[in-house]
Amino acid sequence: MTPNSSTSEALAPGVDTPGVDTPGVNEAATATPEEVDAPKRIASTWEIARTFNEISLSSFGGGLSAWSREMVVARRKWMDDPEFLSALTICRILPGANQVNMAVFVGTKLNGIRGAGAALAGLIAMPTVLLMGIAALYAAFQHSHAVQHVLSGFAAAAVAMTFQMVWKTGRTTLTSIVPLLLFAATFVLSGLLRWPLWCTLLITAPFGIAWAWRRAHRRDAARAAS
Amino acid sequence: MTLTLALQLCSVFGITSLLAFGGGNAVIPAFERLTVEVYHWLTPQQFTDSFAIAQAAPGPSTLIVSLLGYRAAGVWGALIATAAMVVPTGLIVYGIAKVWDKGHGEKPFRHAFQDGLAPITVGLILAGGVIVARHAESNWIQVALTVAATLVLCATKINPLIVAISCGVIGYVVSA
Repeated sequence: MTPNSSTSEALAPGVDTPGVDTPGVNEAATATPEEVDAPKRIASTWEIARTFNEISLSSFGGGLSAWSREMVVARRKWMDDPEFLSALTICRILPGANQVNMAVFVGTKLNGIRGAGAALAGLIAMPTVLLMGIAALYAAFQHSHAVQHVLSGFAAAAVAMTFQMVWKTGRTTLTSIVPLLLFAATFVLSGLLRWPLWCTLLITAPFGIAWAWRRAHRRDAARAAS
Repeated sequence: MTLTLALQLCSVFGITSLLAFGGGNAVIPAFERLTVEVYHWLTPQQFTDSFAIAQAAPGPSTLIVSLLGYRAAGVWGALIATAAMVVPTGLIVYGIAKVWDKGHGEKPFRHAFQDGLAPITVGLILAGGVIVARHAESNWIQVALTVAATLVLCATKINPLIVAISCGVIGYVVSA
């Protein structure tokens, strides 16, 4: 489940969220010097697909990024840590599921469009087939009381994992009044008033970006003045 | 499956994926609104069950789209939903990966974009959790289990799979 405990601990929490440069992630960049040397750059489509299939099937919940790093950086040596982490950040900024984006990014770097396709297929093919099997079973047994009770337990755990993610990422990002207000406004619009996503983003995103932009400029000005 | 349904699946998952800033969990509120309230492909209970299954199964949890697509239109629905979710954004990432190099890495707008969207993403993730929790059978056992699991996950470094299995077992034993 969790390879290489120290680095996976550092990478696992909050990695599915954009813009959260947790200290743990930065530690991971420096903590493993033995893995940084000479990333190799070419891989066959089969090797790429097999690697991402392994990443996908051996991870669960928030552990995917940790496994990606373990395989891509430590074992296959396809990227070094700074490269991997900056790619992760890019993939968080771009729309889409972060893990899917990351697979496409790594695959592209290794073998162009064929590498991207191989990584994507490796990442999602087996889990999709597995989920369709579960979906068929669910359709047959969803009214069984035993299944309902087990699933309600799973649902509690899944919601708890979501709240844990809010807690972990919130602690590092909601550090002043403006981000707190943005967070609260987004929650109210999306969670309570049930606005469509694009309406919510249309209202909140410009404020967020303008705030971060002005803050960066003020920091630069302060640095220049001192 | 009708052409209309196929196009609906493409638009629901394709368009939503392009707004998925902040990863898969940030679009849970949007998926719930569209698949349950707008198109009625699932009941609220089925949506919550799908969320729980996708979180517990191996692979990216964004593959909840396979389950939602399956409920809408069987195996083809699952394949269309999954493709609509990953192909458009995959092409964007492919384009960016092609042109990206280290010189572009420190542009100030990138940081403003990233830092400015972060609190919004946290809000969207919380909204997703709350929506799913409200759908779940709201008895006190469910609430207590959710609170306990949240506390355990936040306070310890326990493997979430252990928490999920424990919750499944407790859910079975307590309600049986």
